[in-house]
Amino acid sequence: MLLPIGNVAPDFELNCTPDQTLKLSALRGRKVILAFYPADWSLICSDQIALINETLTFFNKQHASVIGISVDSKWSHLAFTQDRKIHFPLLADFEPKGAVSKMYGVYDEQLGESLRALFIIGEEGIIRWNYLSPTGINPGVDGILDALETIK
Amino acid sequence: MSILKFPVTENDHWQGNTAAKIELVEYGDYQCPHCGHSYPIVKAIQEIMGDDLKFVFRNFPLSYIHRQAKAAALAAEAAALQNKFWEMHDIIFENQGRLEPTDLFSYAQAIGLDLEKFRHDIQLEKILEKVESDIESGARSGVNGTPSFFVNGKKWEGDWQNKDAFLEYLQNQ
Repeated sequence: MLLPIGNVAPDFELNCTPDQTLKLSALRGRKVILAFYPADWSLICSDQIALINETLTFFNKQHASVIGISVDSKWSHLAFTQDRKIHFPLLADFEPKGAVSKMYGVYDEQLGESLRALFIIGEEGIIRWNYLSPTGINPGVDGILDALETIK
Repeated sequence: MSILKFPVTENDHWQGNTAAKIELVEYGDYQCPHCGHSYPIVKAIQEIMGDDLKFVFRNFPLSYIHRQAKAAALAAEAAALQNKFWEMHDIIFENQGRLEPTDLFSYAQAIGLDLEKFRHDIQLEKILEKVESDIESGARSGVNGTPSFFVNGKKWEGDWQNKDAFLEYLQNQ
């Protein structure tokens, strides 16, 4: 089950590039959008990531940072980021596999992938909104943008 | 169900009958191959439905994956300032594989634009703002890929590649 609204967002530190890590708590003071997705390169994930990439300015206007998370390795993320010119960090929930996805209740044990789920974490590190999308459907960004306006 | 949160206004580009009871809005990317495939399907539907349909095109260039998409969108918006939006929209989709700046200028020439004016207009801030406001309205309305279609303000979740089903849905509104 998705980690519910009102919970403290569990902290984590994962690789965002082959030689750098990103810690969630380092972003305290900004809203953070966590976008868990099944896999780099797959069709729907590519669409979803491209859409977020294209609409980053709207998130920035709301003082929100976006982070993508999947179980792919830092090397896959690096190649995907370069190939698709992605301008937000993709974190590697790779070792132990899916540990962060499990903390947020969005790990598919059978497929060994993260589910397609979105969380908004408020400035104080509390989960303010969440959404689980059917894995086969790109949820778009309208839900995130609406939520960002209502949780001000 | 996603709803078109920004209704059609006089700033939009439309074809067909403005008073038609069926309004089809497309969010499209000139470099997106799916949009290229949907172009003749929409044309065929417009032909069949005639005055029963109002068709609106809004820009949704995914410019990080489609490097030339935004320039093409700007070219169509610049053509609109010479009342030739649809001529440019059509010639771009019909030549989707060639969207370098020199190609866009040759299309501008082919449809009879004043090239000096076009060269000036394509750099206007208001043209860029139009494209960006289309992207924002699409993002806010649940566009999750291109093409995305809205029929009378509601997102069509069916398969546009199935022309007959799409047409039937439109005709049964």
